[in-house]
Amino acid sequence: MKAAVIVFPGSNCDRDVAVCLEAASGQKPYMVWHGDNALPDCDVIVLPGGFSYGDYLRCGSMAANSPIMAEIVKRAGQGVPVIGICNGFQVLTECGLLPGVLIRNKGLNFVCRDTRLIVERAAAPFTNQYKQGNEITIPVAHNEGNYFADDETLKRLEGEGQIAFRYAPDDNPNGSCLDIAGIVNQNGNVLGMMPHPERFAEAALGGTDGKAIFDSLVEFAS
Amino acid sequence: MKATIKIRLKNGVLDPQGKAIENALTQLDFQGVDNVRQGKLIEVELTETDEQVAKAQLMQMCEKLLANTVIENYDIEIETAS
Repeated sequence: MKAAVIVFPGSNCDRDVAVCLEAASGQKPYMVWHGDNALPDCDVIVLPGGFSYGDYLRCGSMAANSPIMAEIVKRAGQGVPVIGICNGFQVLTECGLLPGVLIRNKGLNFVCRDTRLIVERAAAPFTNQYKQGNEITIPVAHNEGNYFADDETLKRLEGEGQIAFRYAPDDNPNGSCLDIAGIVNQNGNVLGMMPHPERFAEAALGGTDGKAIFDSLVEFAS
Repeated sequence: MKATIKIRLKNGVLDPQGKAIENALTQLDFQGVDNVRQGKLIEVELTETDEQVAKAQLMQMCEKLLANTVIENYDIEIETAS
């Protein structure tokens, strides 16, 4: 599996996620600068965590208008899996690939801790190595992770099975509507999630529950 | 010409910062403070001289970048040199 990791000014999880992708697939990902217009042929596109453009204006809003995004929107439309983690999720909502928006955490604090998640959707390409209903642990680290959308959108996400991960009912760290931690688009090939699977993909880092996402992508690509 | 764009959270969108400001004002003994909402104000200078064209440009700027219309409304005020 060949992955492309998009690097924005202020990305800080790009190398971590590249390590996980390489460990899962045996192939070094392309690291693509946000200012490029062209994207190499690849099996998955990753928008990493971080603070692109210093979170100016709104988190992810400047990055969503980077030159490379037009090509990413096009590939997503062709069915290429696109995963946005944390700041990457914010970019995906800002560029319109995913509905809703991530607003300031309800408690106003930056939250950096492990969260318990329920896998709501165990399906290709991102989560087929999990089982629906699995409880897993993956850490979050964000200031704006409070998922918000109007009632109609929330109903649709729920009804169409687009909620990929939910925080365990007593473990919502940010006030997210419906305890949403991650969603997919209608076609299921774009995933945005606030928790950081790349931070829990090796036992030495405290947990391995995030690894299945990278393994799922590898299986999907093969 | 100069334009001022005010961006406000829509009604019903949680505003934890506004709430924190409200609590702080109350703690400072300002009585009867309610419903504090925090927004953004953006000033832009344009070389365009036609007010209608400028307004259309500014609306596009708001839709494309300056506001997120899922949660925010915007107001555009144009100051023409008299």
